[in-house]
Amino acid sequence: MTVYVLRRLAQTLLVLLLTSGLVFGGLYLVGDPVEILVNPQADQEERARSAAALGLDRPALEQYWIFLKGAFSGDLGKSFVFGRSALEVIIERMPATLELALLAMVMSVGLGIPLGLYAGLRPHGLAARAIMAGSILGFSLPTFWVGLLLIMVFAVQLGWLPSTGRGPTTEFLGVQVSILTWEGLRYALLPALNLALFKLSLIVRLTRAQVREQSLLDYIRFARAKGLKRARVIGVHLLKNILIPLITVIGLELGSVIAFAVVTETIFAWPGMGKLVIDSIFQLDRPVVVAYLLVTVFMFIMINLVVDLLYSALDPRVRIAEVKS
Amino acid sequence: MSAVLPAAEPVPQTPFRRFLEEFFESKLATLGFVMLAGIVLLALLAPLLAPQNPYDLAKLELLDARLEPGARSVAGITYLLGTDGQGRDMLSAILYGLRVSLYVGVVSGIIALTLGALTGVLAAYAGGRIEQFVMRVVDIQLGFPAILVALILLAVLGKGVDKIIIALVCVQWAYYARTARSAALVERGKEYMEAARGLGLSGTRIVLRHLLPNALPPLIVVATVQVAHAIALEATLSFLGLGLPTTEPSLGLLIANGYEYLMSGKYWISFTPGVALLATILAINLVGDQLRDVLNPRLAK
Amino acid sequence: MRRPVSASCALLQVRDLVTEFAGREGRLRAVDRVSFSLERGEILGLVGESGSGKSVTGFSIMGLVDAPGRIAGGSVKFDGVELVGMADGELRRLRGKRIAMIFQDPMMTLNPVLSIETQMLETVLAHDAVPRQEARRRAIEALGLVGIASPAERLAQYPHQFSGGMRQRVAIAIALLHRPDLIIADEPTTALDVTVQGQILYEMQRLVRESGAALVWITHDLAVVAGLADRVAVMYAGRIVEQGSTAEVLDAALHPYARGLLDSVPAANAAGGRLRQIPGMTPSLAHLPAGCAFRDRCAYADDACAAVPGITLRGSRQVRCHHPLFEAVS
Repeated sequence: MTVYVLRRLAQTLLVLLLTSGLVFGGLYLVGDPVEILVNPQADQEERARSAAALGLDRPALEQYWIFLKGAFSGDLGKSFVFGRSALEVIIERMPATLELALLAMVMSVGLGIPLGLYAGLRPHGLAARAIMAGSILGFSLPTFWVGLLLIMVFAVQLGWLPSTGRGPTTEFLGVQVSILTWEGLRYALLPALNLALFKLSLIVRLTRAQVREQSLLDYIRFARAKGLKRARVIGVHLLKNILIPLITVIGLELGSVIAFAVVTETIFAWPGMGKLVIDSIFQLDRPVVVAYLLVTVFMFIMINLVVDLLYSALDPRVRIAEVKS
Repeated sequence: MSAVLPAAEPVPQTPFRRFLEEFFESKLATLGFVMLAGIVLLALLAPLLAPQNPYDLAKLELLDARLEPGARSVAGITYLLGTDGQGRDMLSAILYGLRVSLYVGVVSGIIALTLGALTGVLAAYAGGRIEQFVMRVVDIQLGFPAILVALILLAVLGKGVDKIIIALVCVQWAYYARTARSAALVERGKEYMEAARGLGLSGTRIVLRHLLPNALPPLIVVATVQVAHAIALEATLSFLGLGLPTTEPSLGLLIANGYEYLMSGKYWISFTPGVALLATILAINLVGDQLRDVLNPRLAK
Repeated sequence: MRRPVSASCALLQVRDLVTEFAGREGRLRAVDRVSFSLERGEILGLVGESGSGKSVTGFSIMGLVDAPGRIAGGSVKFDGVELVGMADGELRRLRGKRIAMIFQDPMMTLNPVLSIETQMLETVLAHDAVPRQEARRRAIEALGLVGIASPAERLAQYPHQFSGGMRQRVAIAIALLHRPDLIIADEPTTALDVTVQGQILYEMQRLVRESGAALVWITHDLAVVAGLADRVAVMYAGRIVEQGSTAEVLDAALHPYARGLLDSVPAANAAGGRLRQIPGMTPSLAHLPAGCAFRDRCAYADDACAAVPGITLRGSRQVRCHHPLFEAVS
């Protein structure tokens, strides 16, 4: 077990190194940040001075080496735009993205599993067909366009919910959180719904497929033959079997939701990491882009690891296989 | 038990006809197919159908900007779907936008399918270390959300049709590789492969003539899903300003252009291209959904 | 629950049971006017090839036929109470309590992600409001009864930690938890190794005799029935074609199909002699000939067989055939 985790962490380091190299090398080829950062009227000397100040006058490999040395001590470079540690800028924005992603996941899981369960248990009913048709639609709706529609309908036309920005935050366990108050939650509802829609369809479909597959298996019939109540057959026997594969998917989708927040945050002007990285890409703020990618890649790998551990904790069959190997 | 002889039931139809029959059994799938055929036709015939060439900036009349659907221009032309911020006819822009979206989706899909399927089948055929390495790379890549990979690539590559196609290929190839490999693994174990080897057929011949055709049905299913994804992803990236250049607006860009007018109630600039985009993706998904049911031998009874 | 005094009537009385499945090719009758009855403590062997409707008959009695299947007619009386059309809640209270079922594949019947303890205790608690400690005690006792060593420790384990034979013992222990009046065993030894088959068969016989439960043993294997059942019913294409006491039926089957089935058992043939086989193959329910379903494969078939044969009685034996083999010598 410990060996397994350690091996995975070593792999993580390798992937991070690879990503940083690729991104750093790639970004080096694109544009000159000095062009954007410095006043267009600045003369050659002034440009050279600011390039030197940002460390951009050195050769690419040397820049990367300096970056790597810094990275090992937790310093991912200074943002050209903010003039502060890039990592700091990102971590500052992280709670906003995470609360949005979590809220979206809660919405899609909380709705998706019951809907998928229903559609799987009564596959030929009218409601089940409607759910499935709806999920194909949800699967096909372009997220960013739905975001615009949500703003148009709920914010502009109906005026029920605010369209942009993040609501007032309160401190919770040392983190600034907005969704714990009603006022804050109102701001988060539309973007979270927007982010949740695609995942909701995915989870409905996966749950339904799992239910259909599992409910044909003998253990369900045996559970019924034992005289168990329907609620227990579905709620314990069926649910536990479908949740185990679903947990993996849900974990991985959390990562994908964090990444997709880039789009939603841009539309709803939500001040998270996603909006930050889009802005940084346009402003050629290299350190922030590199730091964002490293931070998200790290997060994904951690999520994957947690999902794997969770899976082996939930499925008794996997646990034993682990011990043996 | 009694001796069981294989039933020599007469086969009344060719497999392809049975496939068609099963496919069109679903009303939704039929609707999807008709929609898709219509959309592809519209996109192909765009230069003939469109009232205006939306790329020809000289033709644009700023006085006609932001006209409502059905409004008449200063020159007396009726804009069925209104105009955008630069006075571009939305109908024409959407028809041309469909062309770009479909082109990008299909071309990237074909390239990714070819590269991915070859990689997957060769990996399965090679086995051993090579296979392990390739599948490791595939796993790592699939661990990352498509949008993130595309974002990195476009941040590095810059804008342009070729650039976005490269990005989409990079995002998609791994899905095809994984599918092709698992299909090929199944085929590899079958007897006719042994027979083919026994006959002294060369490696490439076995791969091309035997493995690939059998891996095709699952690949086609993945391809429909992926082309729909690619179109959506391209639109998303263009919307973010990272995909296609503004000179050749795809549907995503048209929606982005309308974004700023949304708050002032000029909804059509964003809305109608979105409907076109949704219809395209929906049609592909409906077809893909049914294809999966029909082509999947596990579900077939 | 108050048990009606019913010394006179049979424990289980199935009358003209019809179970249908709606499919692409219309409604298929998996069980067609099946009738039989079972006394307390009696063992009935329900024999047939796969697809003959024997398992569906078992599920129909349990009320476990799912859509697209449904019980389309007939009656199932258990201890004088009609089960067909009974409210699901009432039926549930009978299932596992007074009627238990054991399935074919022990790899599939136990829930892979729940411990044996959970799966046994929930069965006790579904019917009896007893403290968990008491439920646990009963579970351990039941495991001991079916010959599982150190049952208290095994209780905490998961199905995958048991061998196939051991899993089937667990399933049997679960079935016996409430000392049911009737056990329906759907080919419980088919999926097991031959050596284990014998053990399980022996255990089942012992347990059933000890507990006084009646048993419906569904199987395709006549050899199993010979040593176990009091009576035998042979099914073909959804119908019971012959039933009678085991000795009588195995000695001289009256229905040509049952006779053919007997002749194809290796033990019935002289060593070295050729196995006789029934010509043709089991027809699918969608393509049954009209009239007697067996007529296509039957050496005795003639024009009369175009009509569905009625039941001919001879003593306690019943045969559904126009040309029963009363005198014919095989």
